[in-house]
Amino acid sequence: MGAVPNAKQPMIVIKNLVKQFGRVDAVNGVSLRVEQGKVLVIIGPSGSGKSTVLRCINHLEVPTSGEIWVDGIHLTHNHKDINAIRAEVGMVFQQFNLFPHLTALDNIMLAQRIVRRRNEDEAGRMARKQLERVGIPEKADNYPGQLSGGQQQRVAIARALAMNPKVMLFDEPTSALDPEMIKEVLDVMLELAHEGMTMVVVTHEMGFARNAADEVIFMDKGVIVEQNSPEQFFSSPREERTQTFLNQILR
Amino acid sequence: MAATQSIAKRTSTQSNFVQWLSRLPWWLLFLILAGIILLYQFLTNELYSVILSKLTQGIVTTIFVTLVAFTCAIILGLIAGLGRVSRNRLIFNLATLYVQVIRGLPMLVQIFYVAFVLTPAFFTVLNAIGMALIPVLGETNFMLTSNTQDVTLLARAMIALALAYGGFEAETFRAGIESIGRGQMEAARSLGMSYVQAMRYVILPQAIRRVLPPLGNDFIAMLKDSSLVSVLGVRDITQEARLYVSASFRYPETYNTLAFMYLTMTIILSLGVKWFENRMGKNGRGS
Repeated sequence: MGAVPNAKQPMIVIKNLVKQFGRVDAVNGVSLRVEQGKVLVIIGPSGSGKSTVLRCINHLEVPTSGEIWVDGIHLTHNHKDINAIRAEVGMVFQQFNLFPHLTALDNIMLAQRIVRRRNEDEAGRMARKQLERVGIPEKADNYPGQLSGGQQQRVAIARALAMNPKVMLFDEPTSALDPEMIKEVLDVMLELAHEGMTMVVVTHEMGFARNAADEVIFMDKGVIVEQNSPEQFFSSPREERTQTFLNQILR
Repeated sequence: MAATQSIAKRTSTQSNFVQWLSRLPWWLLFLILAGIILLYQFLTNELYSVILSKLTQGIVTTIFVTLVAFTCAIILGLIAGLGRVSRNRLIFNLATLYVQVIRGLPMLVQIFYVAFVLTPAFFTVLNAIGMALIPVLGETNFMLTSNTQDVTLLARAMIALALAYGGFEAETFRAGIESIGRGQMEAARSLGMSYVQAMRYVILPQAIRRVLPPLGNDFIAMLKDSSLVSVLGVRDITQEARLYVSASFRYPETYNTLAFMYLTMTIILSLGVKWFENRMGKNGRGS
């Protein structure tokens, strides 16, 4: 035991995270850990602080207090460290946030070129490979404005994957999509989960949580109410608030 | 019954014709007519053709001042605009100070101030530094030997215009940058780009596309304001007109010609800006 301490170190460790916006406590003392290759799904009503936790992991929000380690690296206010960690942590946003002035291919190549310093050939090959992976290789030369919401979100996922991230963060990736496009994005995410990608997913898609999650966290009012396996979470939740929430959305 | 119907029909065709008439670009027809009359004068009236050739001597200066000052203003404006959105308090305050001072002063006053206060002050400081550095650089160092007269009034005029318009363009660039959604910066940063890289590759390319039409309009405004350099005796077309008038007292002929020259340039340019806006609107690749 303990002969190779780094082999199985947790990918993400959060200790007592607090985030205040002015006088409002968005997150009020959250601790969690995500092991390598595991999928953590965070659910909860809007305003429960679940997105804020996610955005603190790559320092898009600066925590008020508490500590975060990503792949063993302690997140401090040092800008160099933060940029280095962000390159290892892929993020997918609710609103896709593709760069509208660049084609799908260039969207995926940009950060590879200037952050990973890959040459044009290498970045281009990687970009096409990732577009293939998310199932839309034929859209390489299209601008985001010419793509459907589902296609844009898949390009956004490809853009994050092209950086070879160690963790992927998903911030309500299907909430801005028309219903018929949700599945194509969830399928890509399921595929990723099966391939062993470490993922933290904030979502309202209970089907995805049931099928892909190794662990489900229910948050309300800035704290973790319940942390459970997906089977137990959906069939026999421990907490009454979880039950109430599930009853409201699983009608 | 039939009579009222036919009256109604006639009034409707009449009102169609009236509508068609009222939709004609009368302002353009009027300008074209005035232009034709003036062109006729240039060709047939010897006084007009003399005035036109006199004023034309200043056209190179007018265009040169406009182009150089506007180019410098764009560079200044971009730097100050980036300063206005900076989170660094020192940079933000310096940029805001510049913009507020510029916006609060009449352009004519700025031109006098740059020409006769800032330029001499600059050389007073420079000479003082040169004096202090005599032990190092000797008594003939350029900081000691240069003086205010080394900077021509043309150069001072262009510096003043560039500073003035730089302040306006700073706000144009700031608005352009702020019009790009926060998500763009977040996406770029989440991929590991630094703030500078995100600005350079993601925010600015989009912001600059958006501010091109207002920049075009400011270029036209700069062309008009370049006439202010005549107060320093710089011989642009306005100054040539003033010189001619003071000798000949031919006020209407001279100023008709001057107005004709400015209007020709500004109308052509504004049509160009409009064409460019339309073209951008057509192949706009989303916002």
